[in-house]
Amino acid sequence: MENENNNSSRRNFLRLGALGGIALAGTAIAKAVTDEAPKETGKKVKVLTADGKLVEVDSSHVEHHAMNDNYTSEEIRQGVKGKKFIRVIDLGKCANERKCIEGCQTAHNYIAPVEYIKVKKMQNSELESPYWFPTMCYHCDNPPCTKVCPVDATFKREDGIVAMDYDRCIGCKFCMAACPYSARTFNFGKPEQLKFTEEHGNDTSDPNHCRTPYAQEGTVAKCDFCTDRSEKGLLPACVVECPNGAILHGDELEDVVTNGEDTFRLKKLLQDRGAYRQFEELGTKPRVYYLPPVARNFPFEDATEAHNTKD
Amino acid sequence: MSIDKAESVKYETFTQEEYMIMKDDLLRPIEKIGIGAKIWIGFLTAVFLAGVFAYYLQETRGKYVTTGLRDYTTWGVYISNFLFLVALSLSSVFMSAILRLTNFQWYRPLSRIADVISLSSITMAGICIMISMGRADRLHHLFIYGRIQSPIIWDIIVVATYFVACVLVLFIALIPSLSTCKNHLHNLPKWQLKMYDILSFGWEGNAEQWKVLKKTVLILTVLIIPLGIALRTVSAWLFSTTLRPEWDSTNFGAYFVSGSALITVATMVIAVYAFRKIYNLENYLTEMHFDKLGQAMVLMGFIYAYFNINEYLVPAYKMSGLHENHLLDLFVGEEALFYWSVVFFGIAVPSILPLFRKMRKPLPLSIIALAVLIAGWFKFYLIVIPGQAHPLLPIQDVPETWKHYTPSLIELTIVAATIAGTLLLVTVFSKFFPIISVWEVAEGKLEGKEEIINYK
Repeated sequence: MENENNNSSRRNFLRLGALGGIALAGTAIAKAVTDEAPKETGKKVKVLTADGKLVEVDSSHVEHHAMNDNYTSEEIRQGVKGKKFIRVIDLGKCANERKCIEGCQTAHNYIAPVEYIKVKKMQNSELESPYWFPTMCYHCDNPPCTKVCPVDATFKREDGIVAMDYDRCIGCKFCMAACPYSARTFNFGKPEQLKFTEEHGNDTSDPNHCRTPYAQEGTVAKCDFCTDRSEKGLLPACVVECPNGAILHGDELEDVVTNGEDTFRLKKLLQDRGAYRQFEELGTKPRVYYLPPVARNFPFEDATEAHNTKD
Repeated sequence: MSIDKAESVKYETFTQEEYMIMKDDLLRPIEKIGIGAKIWIGFLTAVFLAGVFAYYLQETRGKYVTTGLRDYTTWGVYISNFLFLVALSLSSVFMSAILRLTNFQWYRPLSRIADVISLSSITMAGICIMISMGRADRLHHLFIYGRIQSPIIWDIIVVATYFVACVLVLFIALIPSLSTCKNHLHNLPKWQLKMYDILSFGWEGNAEQWKVLKKTVLILTVLIIPLGIALRTVSAWLFSTTLRPEWDSTNFGAYFVSGSALITVATMVIAVYAFRKIYNLENYLTEMHFDKLGQAMVLMGFIYAYFNINEYLVPAYKMSGLHENHLLDLFVGEEALFYWSVVFFGIAVPSILPLFRKMRKPLPLSIIALAVLIAGWFKFYLIVIPGQAHPLLPIQDVPETWKHYTPSLIELTIVAATIAGTLLLVTVFSKFFPIISVWEVAEGKLEGKEEIINYK
């Protein structure tokens, strides 16, 4: 009796499986058929044909690039194909003028004392001289922060950028605990900041304006290499604002970095100038290199003024 | 009624009369709720509701205004309190399952107390995770976008699994007691009797049911031990999977487990003391239990001390640049008084004082246990908060409040509410269900282990 039951239920199961298989195949075929004629979006884009004519076609006929205005969330996650953003900071040129900090705050619409880019006074030992050390998210190639994120709200893009999805972040702050460089900052919902975001969130008047928004309340924010500017081939706000050209931004695949004034061949610069990465031993593989503070442009002047005294 | 029949048939040595006395003793707390109990429950409810209100304020006014958290110290007292509650929730492992498996017969009247403490504290620990989230409204993202690579997901899985295990461990062993309640308690509201009836799932106490029940309890007992260890270890991994030198320790999981073992002993001492006094259970929770718990405390104290030496003194011997700031801060710096008090009350006192027989008497041991528990709470505070104060790159040019975290009143109210919630759940449980497992104690007595009930 029991055996019979088992048999019949097995038969039923198989029958169900076969039906399911057919249904799946059907949908696949249907999808393949519809794929041949993509849906018209109604949005026209101008393209240059092989024989040099400028024609207007529906945007659905053009392959999507992250450079396009409306890219999908997958594309944001993938990043720009054929790019690998990289940064070199010449410590000999930093005079702690804080222009990068202010430029970043304006470009991303957030206010002090939050800083995506910080300038720290470092001194390795007593006999050595102190130097200014700009630090930010290093967009590590082995990022400890993305590893621990429970919801994939922070992720590594193909173009090297470690990006944030502010709509997804749950605010557990594990990435902040995991980052050995303290590069991340949390939006605790400071009333002044919220008001500022509301008033200036859509303010694009700043020439360095970065379209990536400031983190929503209760989520984690950090330097994003001014993602949309980098994508368009523009330099991030901190690079533009640095009066001494200490920050060089560029593309590893192109083997070039620039501060907007001088352009260098990346590999040659790193090799010739004894470049290093901060805490190499942690294995995080940062995408930000430092050139040691030798042959300085300025003597070191200590800053007595504390800037971020007000909470 | 039916239990008695089955029991008396099965065990001839156990007289109906003796069993009735025991039942009366153990069921009495359910029959009447005194004025003291009402005040106590009212007080705990008030504290809990204050916490709910504080949480409402926190979520509506923003965490910048309502909490002391800032960048650098982003994990505050919610997380350290979570770790403490997880430690409490291991009571079921250390004070019930392990003793049961290793045939320490004195576990019998303790097991349900341990199980209910576990269930209550793991419930509150789960709530603590949500409270500490920046965006509690996005809790569902954990299920939609969850990445199994993240220790947070491990934590959620293990907390949820352990919660279910706690419910099962507590409930399965409760079924015969529910039947006892149904049959012997009459002066209760109808719904309450109905509840016993429904929850006892038609328990008749026949031989086959007993066989299934005991087998299930045994399986759950075996299962809950690795599960509890996993729970504790994963919550330690939330810290040791980061690159911060203060937390980056291979010792961390075992260190947390050993600390929890000590905390559960202390919790048990206090719980036993309270139930014994308030419910007049001196015949069941005897001085022998304090004696044994005192000995357990010494053992756990020494194990915990061993892990502490590994955790603090070995890095201190090397005093590498990575650990220097943090360790010096604890040993001789800002946190020194705090740290050494915690070491003294949380490790030295429980390891040494209960070595003396006089200290293993109910009152002195309970005072020691209270000190251990308070020190245990602060120990987690010391692990979480100063651990964030010395990142690898120095903290410079930030407001004073960013450097020194002080929990706000709202945070403290919420923490108090989670503790009150745990106590409330335990209290309410003990007012509806026998806090000592009637059948387990009876079974122990039947097997000729008289000392459990009448020790000296």
